[in-house]
Amino acid sequence: MLYNEPSTLEVKVLTRRFGLPNSPSIDTYLATDGYEAFRVALEMKPEEIIEEIKTSNLRGRGGAGFPMGLKWGFVPRASAKPKYIVVNADESEPGTCKDRLLIENDPHQLLEGMLIAGLAVGAHAGYIYVRGEYRYLIEILDRAIGEATWEGFVGKDILGSGFDFPIYTHTGAGSYECGEESALLESLEGKRGVPRIRPPFPAAAGLFQCPTVLNNVESISAAPAIIRDGGAAFAALGTPKNGGTRLFCISGHVNKPGVYELPMGFNLLRMIREVAGGIRGGKKLKAVIPGGSSCPVLKAGECDLAMDFDSLAKAGSMLGSGGVIVMDEDTCMVRVAQRIMRFYAHESCGWCIPCREGTVWLRKLLTRFHDGGGTASDIGLIGDIAKNMLGRTFCPLGDAAALPTISIVEKFRDEFEAHLDGKECKA
Amino acid sequence: MSFSPQLETRFDRLLKSYPSGRERSAVVPMLLYGQDELGAVTPELIQEVARRTGIQPLQVEEVVSYYSMLRKKQLGKHHIQICTNISCLLVGGAELFEHACRKLGIGHKEVTPDGQFSLEEVECIGACSWAPALQLNYDFHHFVTPEKFDRLIEALREAG
Repeated sequence: MLYNEPSTLEVKVLTRRFGLPNSPSIDTYLATDGYEAFRVALEMKPEEIIEEIKTSNLRGRGGAGFPMGLKWGFVPRASAKPKYIVVNADESEPGTCKDRLLIENDPHQLLEGMLIAGLAVGAHAGYIYVRGEYRYLIEILDRAIGEATWEGFVGKDILGSGFDFPIYTHTGAGSYECGEESALLESLEGKRGVPRIRPPFPAAAGLFQCPTVLNNVESISAAPAIIRDGGAAFAALGTPKNGGTRLFCISGHVNKPGVYELPMGFNLLRMIREVAGGIRGGKKLKAVIPGGSSCPVLKAGECDLAMDFDSLAKAGSMLGSGGVIVMDEDTCMVRVAQRIMRFYAHESCGWCIPCREGTVWLRKLLTRFHDGGGTASDIGLIGDIAKNMLGRTFCPLGDAAALPTISIVEKFRDEFEAHLDGKECKA
Repeated sequence: MSFSPQLETRFDRLLKSYPSGRERSAVVPMLLYGQDELGAVTPELIQEVARRTGIQPLQVEEVVSYYSMLRKKQLGKHHIQICTNISCLLVGGAELFEHACRKLGIGHKEVTPDGQFSLEEVECIGACSWAPALQLNYDFHHFVTPEKFDRLIEALREAG
């Protein structure tokens, strides 16, 4: 099902089956080139598959933007241990709601991507870790796995090739931290979702301490298109070093919020105006969080840029998970900072002290500040605590909490000053 | 302890989803699916999951206390989870939650006296582009206004 009208500016690669009658079914999938890429991959050498993915310039869609081909290439194929493909469907970065659509509308595309990854690294099984709230997706996936097993694409001796690859779904039970790769693996092993120290990285020692490929739903879902149309064709859709399209999730104060598949490098202002219909109520744009709530905020004047990993990094922010959160001129940025920190304080797993203590301290400070109880020295203190969390934790959650906070205090200091001395929020 | 035939089948399938000796992996799914049937993570469920996965009940307890969806307290028949995270907040999520509190006469993580409704203010549920959003048990509701919320509650009350 689609929850918003598509845009005519979209370039549909991963979403091309969205809206087709019974799009999650294997019949629809097979009628639209489904599992053809896997048949092609069966005839390729593993290193050729990996080379094709490298050529595509696909960078991880979960948030970190690491090239998927490189990641697959790190798996020691010769290792005697079993190898696994794990899909991260724990989508929970605030502002992000795309993996849900990919599974809901085209589950077989994800399964085919996993099969291709399995061939490339010589894996023995695949797991899809789905956040607990997305129960209906587990039902869709289990049905799709059943269909694919019946048709001989999943399971033992696939299409008579001797390749065994069963796929299983696995539910989480409410934890943002489990979207972090090493915490996800702990959770998948039946433990509390706390991060592991790296190295070793999952490619060498992941699930059950075995070599593991761990990718986001959107990344893996791109593999069939890359093998079908060629890595170069996928790369050409985007900008240099940022291949393909991506699903942007536009939310907040726009006329037409929605998930839209656009080429990498699409201009952010154009995205807001032409794809999302502009700011609602004729208001002015104040700020944008370009890639989920972990990313530093951009002021309106900084938004004339290409939405790819490198351009965003150059602008001092991140492309992250593709969650574009748009805020109009009436938005109180102190309230935004407070709500974001409340989230991270709630979700900190407590494993690393700078994050556990820092997020709670900042939440208290920001809440007091927004309520009018802040003092001038608090403004500096907020930035100071946040900066002292950076790089001092096992996983990126500490940075994820600190980075947006630092940017909001620096870029909207005047709004913090306007809340001083018992003054209530005017927004 | 035994469960419905459907859940027993699910548990059997789950325990076979992981390599031999790695049955512990099934702990979180077993707890959540078990909770769906029992209404809460009961002490008996903890014992049973420990027994079937071959770990100590204390190790299961450690897991239960970590995950926000696992609960030892019974929820209402209709568990309403309203997101107030940033994308929902910007378009009225916090006001929707306050409205829900008034409408149901309960607050965060409370249950109505008749056991019909429970309410929870939750973090991002992945419906940011169709906000404000809520989940009624596992079902998503998008673009929820206070009026739509009232209609939803009335329909549930009429259905019993």
